[in-house]
Formats: sequence, structure tokens, C-alpha cells
Amino acid sequence: MSKNVLEFEKPIIELEQKIEEMRNLSDSLDISNEISKLEKKVNELRTSVYKNLTRWQIVQIARHPERPYSLDYIYLMTEDFIEFHGDRNFGDDKAVVGGFANLDNKPVMIIGQQKGRDTKSNIYRNFGMMNPEGYRKALRLMKLAEKFNRPVITLIDTPGANPGMEAEERGQAEAIAKNIQEMSSLKVPIIVCIIGEGASGGAFGIGVGDRVLMFEYCWYSVISPESCSSILFRSWDYKEQAAEALKLTAQDLVEHKIVDRIVPEPEGGAHRNHKQAAEFLKDAILEELKLLEKISPDKFLDLRIKKYGAMGYWEG
Amino acid sequence: MAWFRRTKKNIETQDKKEFDEGHWIKCPKCDEIMHKTQWENNFYLCTKCDYHFRIGSEEYFKIIFDEGEYKEFDKKVTSLDPLEFVDTKKYKDRINETIKKTGLYDAIRNTTGKINGKQCVISAMDFKFIGGSIGSVVGEKIARAAQKAIKEKCPYIIISKSGGARMMEAAISLMQLAKTSAWLARLGENGLPYISVITDPTTGGASASFAMLGDIIIAEPDSLIGFAGPRVVRQATGKDLPKGFQHAEFVMEHGFLDAIVNRKDLKDKLYQLMKFMHNE
Repeated sequence: MSKNVLEFEKPIIELEQKIEEMRNLSDSLDISNEISKLEKKVNELRTSVYKNLTRWQIVQIARHPERPYSLDYIYLMTEDFIEFHGDRNFGDDKAVVGGFANLDNKPVMIIGQQKGRDTKSNIYRNFGMMNPEGYRKALRLMKLAEKFNRPVITLIDTPGANPGMEAEERGQAEAIAKNIQEMSSLKVPIIVCIIGEGASGGAFGIGVGDRVLMFEYCWYSVISPESCSSILFRSWDYKEQAAEALKLTAQDLVEHKIVDRIVPEPEGGAHRNHKQAAEFLKDAILEELKLLEKISPDKFLDLRIKKYGAMGYWEG
Repeated sequence: MAWFRRTKKNIETQDKKEFDEGHWIKCPKCDEIMHKTQWENNFYLCTKCDYHFRIGSEEYFKIIFDEGEYKEFDKKVTSLDPLEFVDTKKYKDRINETIKKTGLYDAIRNTTGKINGKQCVISAMDFKFIGGSIGSVVGEKIARAAQKAIKEKCPYIIISKSGGARMMEAAISLMQLAKTSAWLARLGENGLPYISVITDPTTGGASASFAMLGDIIIAEPDSLIGFAGPRVVRQATGKDLPKGFQHAEFVMEHGFLDAIVNRKDLKDKLYQLMKFMHNE
């Protein structure tokens, strides 16, 4: 069994392995009846577990180390991807990747936050935590897309913006603020896809768009459940409770119109089948792009400001 | 390794209070003791070392507007509780208690008035309302104030003082960063200046949106300005922070502030800036 198995996945994966073993035996024995019985059982178990996931369990799936990351999706969904580096100002932030690619023969600008798979690559990618030059690289690429009238697709997967000293020195706040403002008036369609973790301003710095898509088992909020717990309850032990209070799942966010569309994940989560996850996402993006292309540029800018203008709950 | 590395942390002020009770005020920086009236007449600065005490929106309006006269608009906009958020308290109760305690309706107030005869719209934040945190109301009120400035064809000023987005409104508060930024962009498209005045402290969502988007960005001396708060940076890096880190002077040195302005000069500087960028 892979060492990256979540607690609630265990009984399912154990059953699946048992079925696999029985299949290997079935050459010499006729146990197809038993196998189909077990298959039925595992399907039922999977449905019941995944139907009743707590918000904290969803956070765990979103962080699963075998989940597809931005580059996986880019290679699985698009052709001819050319990665562009650097913000033409300070350096190249490895926590974000981006460039032109063809999505179903349509040229698009695709930008995504990139995590690493192991310690070494995680250090190289800074765990997907962007620095100011990363936000500025992303903005440079978005402006390039605007100039040549190509839609922008962003993939969000970050535990937050880098909270380091250098990031502060180089204007983390200004970089994020500028991106948010520029994205609110970028003259090409923007589709934002939350593919894993969406933590606060670090995520939102590439997260303003006409359509926001979110995978079924992801989280997106103003703060991680752990930090929320440590601030509000002065201890890290209330993360489950904080996750519930923050209402940070796709289902919650659709209710408040922060997310426009939930993208389904393969059975058991995106980490169980990268290819299928990418297909689901690609289909959703293509559908949304088709709709957006029908709207004239000045109209969708109006719609974008209206959409964000309507967000919030107040009286008076 | 240094021989004389400091093992214990320096003694520092844990929470700075906005007001002390009684008639006498002590400066937390230089320990000067002054009379309240003397202090009020001195723009709430220390009479000896110019230490800028934290003040609220009311005090700023009194300092900045001609004769301290202004019109407040959209005063009673209050937050609903869409997520039915509960931590140690219900969010709804927290709001109602804070309204009762402070006499404010949320962390920002919108006003119009004149500075040396020049008409403008000013929004000022109050830290004592849940840490000046940004939720639906702050977002909506900045959006409305920007629209008011567009309608009245006058400059817009925001005096920021905020710990960041309001946790109790979770992702909804995050969305306010886009809402405010988008309306400030509209203001700019109308050729109207937006001046951001940053005061102590301004971090998180405030600095990652409207506070850092001014045509001109000025700050009061020594204000804490940053994205991640100093405690978070210290935790994340495991290093001691250099002296003055994330203070206005540091932020200006790194190229993110146009100027640092003493509160005594704030009114005149705002007037000058508006005149440079805007004709009646």
C-alpha cells in the first residue's frame, strides 16, 4: 500500500487490494462470484465514505501528496505548452509556472501554482508559495495574453503566499494588490480553476476571473483551518472545528456564488486517476470558454465588476 | 556563531492601546507624561518624541476636514452573518457587542467634506472594530465611496488601519479585495485621484488591496505595514526580524511608499497632493 493513504481511505483501499489479489488467483480458481460481491461492497463503501466527508477530510484530500499538480494538468490537458520564465524585473519564481499552450487547438495562456512531489522538489518549488516576482511574472503573462487576445486560465494550488522576509522586502502586498486590480479589468476572458488548496490572498493573487471552477475535493478560504484555529481558539487543536466554521468546500462556495461550477473528481479523488481528473477539468474549461467567447469584451468586463460588486452580505 | 547572542527576547509592548483612561497620557515610546488636552491639541502625538498614537476615524476627520466638519454617508450599513460563524463567540453576537461598545457600525466610515476648501470623499478605518478587519461592509462601503467620488467628480482618500480580511466571513471577505480594487480602478478610469494613507497597523488583506493601490501612497511614521504580520514571518522563517522591519521607513526604503507624513502635516499634504492631480 502506498504510504500516502488517508485514514478514511484505508478500508476502501484494503478492499480494492483484496480484489486485485483475488483476480490474480482467479486463473486457477473460479471465484468471479466472490469478486463481484466484493466489488459491489467496495463501491458502496466508497459512495458512503465520500458522500459523508467532513470538511477537514476534504482539506486532507486537497493536500494529498499524490494529487495532480498544475504541470500535470497542463501536460494532460494541452498540447505544445511552452513555459515562460521570469518577471523581467527580479527573477523567476519556481512556485508558479505559465506559458502559451493549445487547449483543443485553441491558443490559451495557462498559469498555475506549482507544488513539488518530494522534499527536494518542494524546496525548489517553495511548496507552491509564491513570492512577489511570481505574482509579477503571472501578471506579465496575463498582459501578454491580453495584448494578443488570448484567454487566460489560472490553476490555483497554494498553501498561501510566501510569508518570508524577502517577500515582504520586495512588496508581497503590492504585488498581490496589483494583480487583483489588473485582473478585475483584464480585457480577455479569465477562467480560474481551484485544483487543490486555495489559501487566502496567496491564491486570490491569480484568482480573479469571469468564471471560477473548483474541483470537488478542494478548499478555498481566507485562511487555513490550522491558522484559523490558532488565532481564534489560540491552539492548533481545533482545525476540524475551524474547517467547519470557515465553510471552505466547493459546495459551500457555490452557495455563496464565489465559485461558479464544481468539477467532479474521479472516484476516490483526483489522486486516484490523474488522467480522468484532467479530462473532467478540460471539458469544463472548454465549455466555459465557449460561453465566454460569445460575450463581447466590454460586456464581460461589466459583468466581471458586477459579479464582484455583488459579493458580500450586508444591510443598510 | 556569535559569542553574545541574545537568548531572551527583548521586552516589547504587547498591545498598544488606542486610549488611556484619565487625564494624563504616557508615551509608550519615551515615557513622557502629558496632559490629555495638550496631547489632543498636538494631533495625538507625543509632545516630546512625536510618537503617533493610534487614533480612530473620528479623530482623523476632526484633524483633516475644515473646522472638523463633514457629512457621513452610508453610516448604518451592517454585516449579516452568511456563514453563521461561531468561534469562541457567535459572529452575530460579536458584531452586536462591538457596535454597542464602540458606537460604530463596522470598521470603516464614509464621509464627504472639504480640505482647505477642496471637496473630497474620505473613508477612514477603525481598528477597535474587530481589528479593523475587512468583511462585506468594508468592501461595500469602499465601493460606494468610490462611486460617490465618481459622481461628485472629486478625489478619494482612504485612511487604512486594518489587520486584514475578517476571518468570520471567510472567503466572502477575501472577495472584498477584488470588489474594492475593481472600484478603485473605475475611479482611475474617470481621471480621479485616489490617495492611500496608511496608518499603524495595516497588514494582510488591506495592504494586499486598496492600501497599496493609491496613485499616491503615504504613511504615518513608524506604522507597521506588511502582508504577513511580523509574528507570522518570525514563525515561518525562524529568524529574528531586523530592527524596523515592516515599518513605514523600511517600506519606503524598499520602494513601496511615496512619502512618510507626520500627522501634523497630513491635512496640508493631502490638500497639496489633490491640487497636483486634480482641477475643480
